[in-house]
Amino acid sequence: MEIRVFNLGITDFENVWKLQRDLVVQAENAIIPFNLVVCQHYPVFTCGRKTDVNTILATEKKAREEGIRVYVIERGGDITYHGPGQVTVYPVFDLRFLKKDLHWFLRSLEEVALELLVEFGARGERKTGMTGAWFGACKFASIGIAVKNWITFHGMSINVKRDDLRNFQLIKPCGMDIEMTCLENILGLNLKIDEIKRIVVRKIGELISQGITRPGLLWQYEQRAPYYVSLSGSIRMTVGQ
Amino acid sequence: MRNIILPELGEGIEKATVSYWFVKEGDRVNLKDDLVEITTDKAAFNIPAPCSGILTQIILHEGDTVRIGEILGVIEED
Repeated sequence: MEIRVFNLGITDFENVWKLQRDLVVQAENAIIPFNLVVCQHYPVFTCGRKTDVNTILATEKKAREEGIRVYVIERGGDITYHGPGQVTVYPVFDLRFLKKDLHWFLRSLEEVALELLVEFGARGERKTGMTGAWFGACKFASIGIAVKNWITFHGMSINVKRDDLRNFQLIKPCGMDIEMTCLENILGLNLKIDEIKRIVVRKIGELISQGITRPGLLWQYEQRAPYYVSLSGSIRMTVGQ
Repeated sequence: MRNIILPELGEGIEKATVSYWFVKEGDRVNLKDDLVEITTDKAAFNIPAPCSGILTQIILHEGDTVRIGEILGVIEED
């Protein structure tokens, strides 16, 4: 079984947003059930379904002064920031092959972020009712997804570099008065984005291989519609059986 | 008449919030068109049209709480 991984480097948010929607359509048309986009973004604020109009307007004003674009998008959750010092992952997964369970998927993404910390010998935590991954009182990974016909898109951003936290101060991340932190601050290390990407992709691969519940159906799926559609920049990662 | 029902969304999820109707009463919808979106936790979940026809009634509106199995609206099937 394979996941198609798109490792895109620093990418414009709008392009990746469009790519995700294209991948959702491909999954809907039985082309490939597991796609993972991994990238960084040029600075951008995104507003989810919970963001109220006043927040959007106020953020647009501040963002304009900083030269940062604001997007109102279809994911769950409130406002957040994306930048080049984060690893952002967008799993476009058909949950019919994993678990048709939204909260299971959200908790699984949190697990990926927490396992990432464990790789470096640190322990993070969850907070009930406050989706994301935390280290003490500070959040280091933000999550917000959309699901269409049980196919997920949007996903999780993990703060890595300490010099890319400043823009969070322009907003109330997730609509709350919380402090954001990053892996470099938690671990006291200088980290390479590519190293974090590799670990995150591996952890998500493990999640998929443990979670697949309908391998038989997937086989039929592949038999019926071989998916070797080439898109530049993609690699295939084999997981599970 | 076909009811639009909130399906099971996962273990322990009993309710969600109606966040967005893509169509309004009286609009024509086709099978699998985006119909209504609900949110739970940090997930926005899209419910597609279960059939083609006219959306005759919206029962639960944006901001309303909806329980699993509850009727969100009604389509007059072709």
